[in-house]
Amino acid sequence: MSILVNKETRLVCQGLGKAGMFHCSKCVEYGTQFVGAVKPGQEGSLFSFPDSPQKFPYFNTVESAVKKHGANTSLIFVPAPSAADAIMEAVDAGISLVICITEGIPILDMIRVKAFMKGKKSCLIGPNCPGIITPGQAKIGIMPGYIHKPGNIGVISRSGTLTYETVWQLTELGLGQSTCVGIGGDQIIGSTFVDILQRFQEDPETKGVVLIGEIGGDMELQAAEYIQKHFTKPVVSFIAGQTAPPGKRMGHAGAIIQQGEETAAYKMQFLKSHGVHVVVSPAEIGKTMKQALIS
Amino acid sequence: MKIHEYQAKKVLAKFGVPVHDGITADNPHEAQAAFIQLGVSVAVIKAQVYAGGRGKGGGVKLVRSAQEAQEVTQKMMSKPLVTPQTGPEGVAVKKVFVCPAVDIEKEYYLGIVMDRSKESLVLIASTEGGMDIEEVARKHPEKILKESIDIRFGLLPFQAKRVAFQLGFSAEEAEAVSQILIQMAKAYVSSDCLMIEINPFARIKGGKFLALDAKISFDPVAMFRHPEYDDMKESSELSESEERAHKSKLSYISLDGNIGCMVNGAGLAMATMDIIKYAGGNPANFLDVGGGVSQNQVTEAFKIILSDPRVKGVLVNIFGGIVHCDLVAKGVLGAVEEIGIKIPLVVRLEGTNVEIGKSLLENSKWNILTASTMKEAAEKIVAATSGKL
Repeated sequence: MSILVNKETRLVCQGLGKAGMFHCSKCVEYGTQFVGAVKPGQEGSLFSFPDSPQKFPYFNTVESAVKKHGANTSLIFVPAPSAADAIMEAVDAGISLVICITEGIPILDMIRVKAFMKGKKSCLIGPNCPGIITPGQAKIGIMPGYIHKPGNIGVISRSGTLTYETVWQLTELGLGQSTCVGIGGDQIIGSTFVDILQRFQEDPETKGVVLIGEIGGDMELQAAEYIQKHFTKPVVSFIAGQTAPPGKRMGHAGAIIQQGEETAAYKMQFLKSHGVHVVVSPAEIGKTMKQALIS
Repeated sequence: MKIHEYQAKKVLAKFGVPVHDGITADNPHEAQAAFIQLGVSVAVIKAQVYAGGRGKGGGVKLVRSAQEAQEVTQKMMSKPLVTPQTGPEGVAVKKVFVCPAVDIEKEYYLGIVMDRSKESLVLIASTEGGMDIEEVARKHPEKILKESIDIRFGLLPFQAKRVAFQLGFSAEEAEAVSQILIQMAKAYVSSDCLMIEINPFARIKGGKFLALDAKISFDPVAMFRHPEYDDMKESSELSESEERAHKSKLSYISLDGNIGCMVNGAGLAMATMDIIKYAGGNPANFLDVGGGVSQNQVTEAFKIILSDPRVKGVLVNIFGGIVHCDLVAKGVLGAVEEIGIKIPLVVRLEGTNVEIGKSLLENSKWNILTASTMKEAAEKIVAATSGKL
């Protein structure tokens, strides 16, 4: 088993521009079931990726991709000004998993998206995230596939390349991954640490979880409380930004210290006091997970 | 994106919020003229800087003549203004706002901010105006009123009235104040604000309400749909290096250490700073070259890092996933060829084509140290900058 994505995932892409084209071709190469892309006005025509003879259909709407080809997952590369609309279109079409890679979506647009999604069944991952991969089954995102290895460690992270670094450490130590989820670096995101932890708790194949947090917000604190009360598997955590000054946005829109509880030091201490294996050095993530699994 | 008080008041006035207006002055002579133009006997000179706490730092002064307006402005502009929010180096005062003095009967606090954990907007109001609201929240949490705003409906009239009555206003006053609150919420949503703060919001003699001060910050990524605020952008908010980085689409923040770093991805960049500290060093900057780094960006990033005279060594940490390590190595070498490097440089590459990338660096004529892991890279650069390698 795994969480969120697997061999049954049927992917549609929204926003098949240059980046979308490149990354979707890599998802297809990895073995993800790809049904086509939304391009208004082009329904009925076909396209193919460079260096591949395989043809895929265009759809005018997400709804059409769902009805005609059973799409159940969407990967969004639509530029920021229209990305919120793309998310809501996918949700409205009944897509169960919506993954938005787009960076720089206005925050009020995301608040509208969250209000729109209330009471609806779709799960949103991102925006401003690398996506999700279940090694050996499906890759829905922009992460390099080859660094992953099928296994039993779940990874949840607010970051992109730091997730790759983490995954690489795990893979090098022989610890494969059940599913890796990049939840995104923005202030308002679709799914939180707790949302994903709940899924890992229910997944029998996941034996331990690495949680990569950072400064800003209180998601890590909520995760700590959830872990103490409900999570039965070992969790290793690293919080990026121990040396970040307050009041400065560190690349990610959400990585800013506005109050004391948003610092790395506070989050690390809080996670530790709630039973999480907290590492100070990012080089120790893999090793600590290995030890946590033994003990 | 922060804007100045006089600009924030323009935004609010456009939405019908009554503001305490004045005349801006870029030098002492203009301040003198502004005083005469206002035709009042007492005016207040307010430094236009992005930092709060101006009053405590001497950035808000009462003046009683045109001559005094000129002198006070002269003094304010002659040295950096230090407030509790600026740090000891202070900020330069390049503009003042000259406003007529008013008779204040009572001061209130009004603000709208993002409630990150509830994923909505929240109106904050208090009878304790004119004070630092965080301090009020700490000492008298019962004096802070909060009303959640559903972005789809805006602040509803009943909510606005509820807040107005809780603030202790009479029926007539509550009517006026609730209108102001509704307009404030409209300004927030229509202008893509991250924060609006009116502190103090005051009832002045005669019963009129006025925003005496105003702070607004806009969502920087939403500015594409607000050309009307283009002229409010000022580069002075960023340092020279930060401005330069911004132009090359690099995310750069200057810090106070001596090890420059260049990393792809914000999370990995923060983690790299952290591991430098863990190894006993101090990062000089945060620099994220982004996911799809180009050779030109690598060169520019290098130039920015090396333009800081405090930098005694550079650590490059790239996890090449989509980006190939050999391309990054070429970018690094290209930069070094172009501008030269006299201080230690440690490059850690991992990911796609890592072996090709490493051999390119090791076989170059430059003394570039390579490392296989973040830990090794951090230890090497710390040792090299402290003369131990």
